[in-house]
Amino acid sequence: MTNYLISVWHDEEYEVDFTTEDMARIGPQVDAFNEELQASGAWVFGGGLNPASSATVLRADAAKDVSMTDGPSAETKEQMGGFWVVGAADFDEALEWGRKATVACEGPVEVRPFQE
Amino acid sequence: MSDTFEAVYRQEVGRCTATLIRVLGDVDLAEEAVAEAFVIAAERWPQDGMPPNPGGWITTTARNRAINRLKRESSRDDRHRAAHHLHTPDMDPDPDPELDSLDAFVDVVADDQLRLIFLCCHPALAPDAQVALTLRLLGGLETPEIARAFVVPEATLAQRIVRAKRKLRDNHASYRIPRAAELPERLGAVLAALYLIFTEGHTATSGDALVRTDLTAEAIRLGRVVVELMPDEPEAVGLLALMVLTEARRAARIAPDGAMVRLADQDRVLWDRELIDEGHDLVRACLRRDQPGPFQVQAAIAAVHADAASFGQTDWTQVVALYDQLLALRPTAVVALNRAVAIAEADGPDAGLRTIDGIDADQLVEFQPYHAARADLLARAGRAHEAVDAYRAAIRLTTNPTERDFLARQLDGLVDPA
Repeated sequence: MTNYLISVWHDEEYEVDFTTEDMARIGPQVDAFNEELQASGAWVFGGGLNPASSATVLRADAAKDVSMTDGPSAETKEQMGGFWVVGAADFDEALEWGRKATVACEGPVEVRPFQE
Repeated sequence: MSDTFEAVYRQEVGRCTATLIRVLGDVDLAEEAVAEAFVIAAERWPQDGMPPNPGGWITTTARNRAINRLKRESSRDDRHRAAHHLHTPDMDPDPDPELDSLDAFVDVVADDQLRLIFLCCHPALAPDAQVALTLRLLGGLETPEIARAFVVPEATLAQRIVRAKRKLRDNHASYRIPRAAELPERLGAVLAALYLIFTEGHTATSGDALVRTDLTAEAIRLGRVVVELMPDEPEAVGLLALMVLTEARRAARIAPDGAMVRLADQDRVLWDRELIDEGHDLVRACLRRDQPGPFQVQAAIAAVHADAASFGQTDWTQVVALYDQLLALRPTAVVALNRAVAIAEADGPDAGLRTIDGIDADQLVEFQPYHAARADLLARAGRAHEAVDAYRAAIRLTTNPTERDFLARQLDGLVDPA
């Protein structure tokens, strides 16, 4: 059994607003996916993140002095909006969860294996 | 001996690697073990004679050496298990019972090759990585040969292969044949890879021979296995038909002195009627399904050629119509080039050259057939000076010596009378 990170990626402007029509549809889809993951025993951890603008970056230099800056680490349009950690027997099983994840959350997901 | 040894190496290396990956659970270990076994074979076979089943001999030797080394290197189980980077579910790790009879061995090896081709063509890999891995592991091609086939630097291709293997290993890709539901998605990449192996064999990038029949035969053999496994996939049947119809012309494509003979000059008596009949049957079978795809249309083009009693009697209008269809399905510069060559036969070299001039040449400037086709049409159109330049460009890009000789003779014929 290997753990895989399934991360969800969307525009940095993305705001979680549960009152919109899209969220009214996506929310229950993701809930159902979470339930399926938990029922199968593949669930390790998962959750949605607040917008990237809520992130803080900490960085240590050679002297171990730590600086602090506002904003997400990667200055890209696409930011991680949430993730799951799932346990799967092999790559194809992990990809099958990834397939269900992207359908449920209606956005691209990235599947990436943890180191052993 | 060395010719025979080379032939055995080409024929067996991919199959042995496919089985060793299952046995050892690791691609790199399998490649090393098979290479080591061939080194031992090169020492022993000249003295002891070639074993009756060379592939079985290589597989057993490679497996024994690899397992013994793994056991030697550390407390056996831990290290052995640590080597299992690829998942090999529900498989007997010890192939000995399977090696007892040659027939059983061949069956197991076919399954292993299918496992390997689906692994190499995993949809999580980029297409260029898929075909590179397939050619490397199943075709047994060396990295420089693959680099030439792809027209990329060797270092780029080597890195592409290393990264692809690493991705499969890090992700714990399983070594298995996909389930029925997964097959259609996986098929496209597999067919593309097989066709690349075939075309590599059809015009070999290395060695003095124009054709590497081991590669064409291997591509056709794997194509048959794929069709057997997926008889309802018309594109799989289309690819097999295309390869079979192309292979049928092989004897006529090479003169007794090894020189290349163009389709126009081929002695059609030398065409393999049995393969042509098989190809026709396959084309009819897949066209009946009415789900046209690029391989089926290319097979239909090959079938039109096979029908013609002579080059002049070819139904070029039909060929051009099929290329129109192919260009709609696959709008690439290479298809556009082949269509232009067909137009030249239907409507004359000037019409062909006008069509070629309409193609975006940037994509074709390093593509040898582009210059070879232009050179031929320019010569036929009486534009000798331009033809000389085009022949020189084609010769510069030709790595196969037989093909280069052919182009040099065409160039000489153009220069001498002037």
